[in-house]
Amino acid sequence: MLAFIIRRVFQSILVLLVVGAVAFSMFRFVGDPIDNMLGQERTQADIERLRTELGLDQPFPVQYYKFLKGAVQGNFGVSYRQGRPVSDILIERAPATLELAAVSGFLAITIGIALGVFTAIRRNGFTANAIMSVSLIGVSLPTFLIGILLIYLFSVELGWLPSFGRGETVMVGGWSTGFLTESGLKALILPSITLGLYQMTLIMRLVRSEMLEVLRQDYIRFARARGLRDRAVNFRHALKNTLVPVITVTGLQLGSIIAFAIITETVFQWPGVGLLFINAIQFVDIPVMAAYLMLISVMFVAINLIVDLLYFAIDPRLRADRTAAH
Amino acid sequence: MADPVLSIRDLTVEIPTRYGILRPVSGVSYDIAAGEILGVVGESGAGKSMAGNAVIGLLSPPAHIAAGEIHVRGTRVDQLTGDAMRRLRGKEIGMVFQDPLTSLNPLLRIGDQLTETMLAHLDISRAEAERRAVAALEEVGIPGAAERVGSYPHEFSGGMRQRVVIALALCAEPSLIIADEPTTALDVSVQAQIIALLKKLCRERGTAVMLITHDMGVIAEAADRVAVMYAGQLAELGPVRDVLTAPRHPYTHGLMGSTPLASRGKDRLHQIPGAMPRLDALPDGCAFHPRCPRAHDRCRVSPGPRIEDGGGRAACLFPMVEEAVA
Amino acid sequence: MADLTQTTTPVERSRLRLALESDFAYQFRKSPVAIVSAAIVLFMVLCAVFAPLIAPYDPFDPASLNLMNGFSKPMEPNAFTGETFWLGTDDQGRDVFSTILYGMRISLFVGVAAVLFAMVLGVTLGLIAGYLGGWTETIIMRVADVQLTFPAILVAMLIFGIAKGITPVEYRDQMAIWVLIIAIGLSDWVQFARVVRGATLVEKNKEYVQAARLIGRGSGAIMLRHILPNVLSPVLVIATISLALAIIAEATLSFLGVGAPPTQPSLGTLIRIGQGFLFSGEWWILLFPAVTLLALALSVNLLGDWLRDALNPRLR
Repeated sequence: MLAFIIRRVFQSILVLLVVGAVAFSMFRFVGDPIDNMLGQERTQADIERLRTELGLDQPFPVQYYKFLKGAVQGNFGVSYRQGRPVSDILIERAPATLELAAVSGFLAITIGIALGVFTAIRRNGFTANAIMSVSLIGVSLPTFLIGILLIYLFSVELGWLPSFGRGETVMVGGWSTGFLTESGLKALILPSITLGLYQMTLIMRLVRSEMLEVLRQDYIRFARARGLRDRAVNFRHALKNTLVPVITVTGLQLGSIIAFAIITETVFQWPGVGLLFINAIQFVDIPVMAAYLMLISVMFVAINLIVDLLYFAIDPRLRADRTAAH
Repeated sequence: MADPVLSIRDLTVEIPTRYGILRPVSGVSYDIAAGEILGVVGESGAGKSMAGNAVIGLLSPPAHIAAGEIHVRGTRVDQLTGDAMRRLRGKEIGMVFQDPLTSLNPLLRIGDQLTETMLAHLDISRAEAERRAVAALEEVGIPGAAERVGSYPHEFSGGMRQRVVIALALCAEPSLIIADEPTTALDVSVQAQIIALLKKLCRERGTAVMLITHDMGVIAEAADRVAVMYAGQLAELGPVRDVLTAPRHPYTHGLMGSTPLASRGKDRLHQIPGAMPRLDALPDGCAFHPRCPRAHDRCRVSPGPRIEDGGGRAACLFPMVEEAVA
Repeated sequence: MADLTQTTTPVERSRLRLALESDFAYQFRKSPVAIVSAAIVLFMVLCAVFAPLIAPYDPFDPASLNLMNGFSKPMEPNAFTGETFWLGTDDQGRDVFSTILYGMRISLFVGVAAVLFAMVLGVTLGLIAGYLGGWTETIIMRVADVQLTFPAILVAMLIFGIAKGITPVEYRDQMAIWVLIIAIGLSDWVQFARVVRGATLVEKNKEYVQAARLIGRGSGAIMLRHILPNVLSPVLVIATISLALAIIAEATLSFLGVGAPPTQPSLGTLIRIGQGFLFSGEWWILLFPAVTLLALALSVNLLGDWLRDALNPRLR
């Protein structure tokens, strides 16, 4: 088991190095950093000074090493557009995105699993079939349209909820949170539903099909034949077995939530890193793009790793096989 | 003779399909007394498992009991539904499935699977259930039972798993066990041990056993009486010695001829010509007549006499009398 | 039917009959969902292709624009000019129906081109990886794995951003459509490569391929003539499903402002523009492009679903 984890960690580092190389190449070759940082009135001396300052006169591998070293220490350079260190901007923006993603992820997982189990157990029921039909439309509906639809319903027509922004936030330590004010919580509702809906549909459909598969298994029939209560059969026996394959996909979906936050944040003008990234693309603000790429890669790789570890926690067969194999 | 543990009268199971109603079990009657082992034999699709599932109330829809009665220890059970039937499963009727590799939940420790079964039926404390779980494993011959309760199913061999399955079926002390091909999936070397174990435990406790199998060897080894099924109907019913040595129904006769018995020496194996008819294309008259070497004209129009327990032994208009097996 | 049989040669006729009587055609006739979605898709494709002929106005011809026509409601004569527009006009007086037709043209063009690009790239790399094996395979599949870790839309955004950075400022709007195609295509090749590689691994050890190799056929010829035809049906299924995803991806990118520029608006761009008028009550500028996009994406999606079941039940 330990060997397996070490191998996975090693693979993760490799992925991060590749992503780092992509980010570095963007930084180095897309546009001219000197052009971007100095205005029109510049002297040859200015250029030379900045070249040395940025280390652009050094050999390529040295530059890559320095870039990685900087990135590990949280130094991603200076935003072309805002003229401030990228790390400062990211730290300022991260809480908004993380709070949004956490609420959406929670909604997607809990409601997705619950509906998946429901539609699997009542697979011929009217409600279950209705949910399945609606979910088919949900899968084809682009996220931004869902957002616009919700804004139209709840902000324009009903006027119940705000259509943009985070509402009032409170600083707790260095973290600005919207959880503590009424307007902050209200502002969270529509964006988190928008962001979570697609993942919820996916999780629901996956849980349903896996659960139907599990319910056909002999050990479920045997559990029924032993006179266990339906609740015990469905949840203790069937659901746990269903979750094994569901965990991978769900884990990856959580990663996607952070990426898809870009769309939701744009629709709702949510001041998070996603909106920052979109603006960076529009204005070709390379340092911000590179930093966002690195940040999100770390998150994805971490999620993948956690998913692998969860596998071990839930499935005793893996624990045994891996230890036996090494 | 005391009241039988299981009493089936004119049991008919129907499956409505697009092509008409199929009757996988049709007008079957038999009893099983306490401590008695009734072997139910027949080809695949003859309705032996379907009858077992009907008794324990686990017919998968749209299959259902269309006629007849099932009594367990004097209580009529075929009309019980939902929770009332669930209470009976495991408590009054235990079941052993064919494949021990798939009938245990891979994610739960076997001790937990034992205790949950006992707690569902018996009014005992968890500590008592855990104590009994160890005892149950000891009884089925699992070495080191006290430690093994904490093991997962994949840590056992096939034969050992089937012992666990038997422990699970017996742990709430049911008065009837339905064993559906309990040895088919096992190594030949293990089969005899499992049959011996099942026989011993049921004799000790006075449990009635419905032993469903297609293996005449297993019947000869374990059963007291044997019921031969063909195309959903009972072909022959009687004490195992009589039926094996002097079959009266031509189908039983053919079945014996196609089983290699050591006592019959080096005779060639006989084959029954043709195949069992599909349920949607049953012939008129006796279902066996197209394959029967002794069929008369009457067989084509009228079915053989129904077997009532204690009445005639074979459902044949022209039973074979005192003919040695060829 | 009678006319048809008379005008076609016997060979053609039997081929036609073969096609009509095939299992595939039978399953199509049996599925109302497939028929309806195919009809919608076909209708929309025709509308897109013949947009210049169908559209009552050319929304991108400044000469035909009259600012006085701005914000006309659907089916109501404009207060100033008295002109009536089916689906109303936007703030600059552009006919919404016409912009939708042209927008659909761009959406479909980008979607189809991106999928074709992804397909050619993915199938080629998949064939090479599966057939050659060794380090070529390792590199291709590793890259695929890494890319698969990230959502396609993110990859597309990133490629779009980089490409935008490389393109000189004055060409950016002109190039945007092509950059979009490449970005979406590059984000979507992995699926094709994986399936084709898997199928190639199976096929390459079959006897007919061995025989072709023995008689001295080159690797390229074997891949094209013998292996490729065998992987076509899963590729077709993936292409259809990818098309729905590509259309949505394009709309999303354009909606976010990192796709089709306002000078060449796709359905996504139109929705982006329309969102601005949501609060002021001009709902038609948003609603009609959104419904069009939805109908397009949903029918392609349903068609893809059906195709998957009909052609290859084993493909999940």
